[in-house]
Amino acid sequence: MEKFTAHTGVAMPLKRSNVDTDQIIPAVYLKRVTRSGFEDGLFGAWRNDPDFVLNRPEYAGASVLVAGPDFGTGSSREHAVWALQNYGFKAVISSRFADIFRGNSGKSGLVAAQVGEKVVQRIWDHLDEFPGATVTVDLESRTVRAGEGPDAIEDSFDIDDYTRYRLLEGLDDIGITMSHGDDIEAYESTRPSWKPVTQRL
Amino acid sequence: MGRTLAEKVWDEHVVRSAPGEPDLLYIDLHLIHEVTSPQAFDGLRLAGRQVRRPDLTLATEDHNVPTLDWDKPIADPVSKTQVDTLRRNAAEFGVRLHPLGDIEQGIVHVVGPQLGLTQPGMTIVCGDSHTSTHGAFGAIAFGIGTSEVEHVLATQTLMQAKPRTMAVTINGSLPAGVTAKDMVLTLITHTGTGGGQGYIVEYRGRAIDELSMEGRMTVCNMSIEWGAKAGLIAPDQTTFDYIEGKPEAPKGADWDAAVAHWKTLVTDADAEYDQEIVLDASTMTPFVTWGTNPGQGVPLGGVVPTPADFEEESDRIAAENALTYMGLEAGTPMRDVHVDTVFVGSCTNGRIEDLRLAAEIIEGHKVADGTRLLVVPGSVRVRLQAMEEGLDKIFTEAGAEWRGAGCSMCLGMNPDQLAVGERSASTSNRNFEGRQGKGGRTHLVSIPVAAATAVRGTLSSPADLVSVEV
Repeated sequence: MEKFTAHTGVAMPLKRSNVDTDQIIPAVYLKRVTRSGFEDGLFGAWRNDPDFVLNRPEYAGASVLVAGPDFGTGSSREHAVWALQNYGFKAVISSRFADIFRGNSGKSGLVAAQVGEKVVQRIWDHLDEFPGATVTVDLESRTVRAGEGPDAIEDSFDIDDYTRYRLLEGLDDIGITMSHGDDIEAYESTRPSWKPVTQRL
Repeated sequence: MGRTLAEKVWDEHVVRSAPGEPDLLYIDLHLIHEVTSPQAFDGLRLAGRQVRRPDLTLATEDHNVPTLDWDKPIADPVSKTQVDTLRRNAAEFGVRLHPLGDIEQGIVHVVGPQLGLTQPGMTIVCGDSHTSTHGAFGAIAFGIGTSEVEHVLATQTLMQAKPRTMAVTINGSLPAGVTAKDMVLTLITHTGTGGGQGYIVEYRGRAIDELSMEGRMTVCNMSIEWGAKAGLIAPDQTTFDYIEGKPEAPKGADWDAAVAHWKTLVTDADAEYDQEIVLDASTMTPFVTWGTNPGQGVPLGGVVPTPADFEEESDRIAAENALTYMGLEAGTPMRDVHVDTVFVGSCTNGRIEDLRLAAEIIEGHKVADGTRLLVVPGSVRVRLQAMEEGLDKIFTEAGAEWRGAGCSMCLGMNPDQLAVGERSASTSNRNFEGRQGKGGRTHLVSIPVAAATAVRGTLSSPADLVSVEV
């Protein structure tokens, strides 16, 4: 996984709450067997609308998504994270993320930055005033920043310590866990014999 | 201080715990299907890794299998690629697979319990958010993403921060005709879709104790719809009776040892939850959704709400968007809403008890003109059991379509989809925009409401059928 320290990019406001993973990527787009190529399905149903924010020229090349509360609810499909990443998003800012989406983001290297609801509103206001403006998501200092001068926005965001550490270092989870192979073997030796198995090996 | 049920099950599965790191949790059962696994197996292959415990792994095909002509090659080439990929991966990595056409094939969350693989006190994961279904047995069961699927395949463990605990206590008894589905839809409207975030929820109280295992599975299934990490119910005699004799259930001395352990899986009297919600089942009524998330619901006897009545601005906007999408006017009685398609099935309501209840209500009636009823059993076993009991004849004589097993119209990955503007009453779990087909409009309902709606063509309960000519 690539290391993530800080990212500055064009920010796209998505002024909706409860953006579920069926909206991020509808099920009909889930049939690929690779991790790439999902960008065409991103916000699949909404994209037909020429006024949908993703279609507006000022947000071309957006890489930071600023969304309403309860982003990523619903299905466990990691394709939602891949679709955002395949499109070019590096970070999502919201006041609340669904647990599975947050977990999937951390595993795939998309930063899910949780901020206060007022901070989202301030960034939205800023983007209304300056469409196409950039926002910085700084994982090192755990801050989001936008604008300049006296009206500049700078606030901290929440992300759990371990996910932050892994993203900063670009570490592979499976590799870390396999280094604890002895612990896993020791645990397995204590499992009761009546626990079910799917096949006798 | 005592521990809650969730804490006991969690603690039993901690392989490694270190300050500042999530716990490393052992996984007793890993369920797999064709949609969220291909990239995980690919990851293993690229890294030269094996499946650590093929004997704790089970695969089935469910999400995009057709429910008609399942004995022929899958027509959609992209669905076929995904199913073929699962078959290749299962063969290469030695994973037990129940493919289309196999007698044990079906929705992964129906198959686990019916095989007896789902047992109390286990940790169960699957790349599917409705894995919470298995919590009905007193297991910690939750959905994971594909990176985590790969992690479990390679290590049989997961790194997980310990969630907080919540009790949902449902006192009283459900009135006649009100089901587990109405109970959980009522709860989700009470909490909102994010109310359970960060919690493992334990459902308890008299109304929960009185539910069958099927009903408990319906409740736990929808835990994710209000954001909970997992939902579980303490195992009791109802649980043990359900498991005993299932193909993979413990036998003989193993059974006695297992039950002795399972009986310890209750929350201690002096344990404390981080949060508690208390509801009264005796006041619950048939409940339906009007909007585009499962928290947007009202009693069937109610009306489509007025967006301006919502206190929070975000709820107001969400309601306005939902009414536009759903093509509904505020103030319309829910019973006046005409339905084009009724879907009976899914991991929420596709088990034998659900089909029996639907058949009982529909027997002697006809599906209304202008409405179609799709009955999709949750598994091949459920299908065969229903046919043995003659339920299929009741459905087909009423004019319903009797289909093969799978996820079907719950998420429309196979050909069973709503058309643009088509309205459904669905016993499934999500009414998201486009979930059942692009532009489709979904009302989540219980089995009795689905069956009565099919007969009347408008959202109805069995009580409304009295006036219908037989």
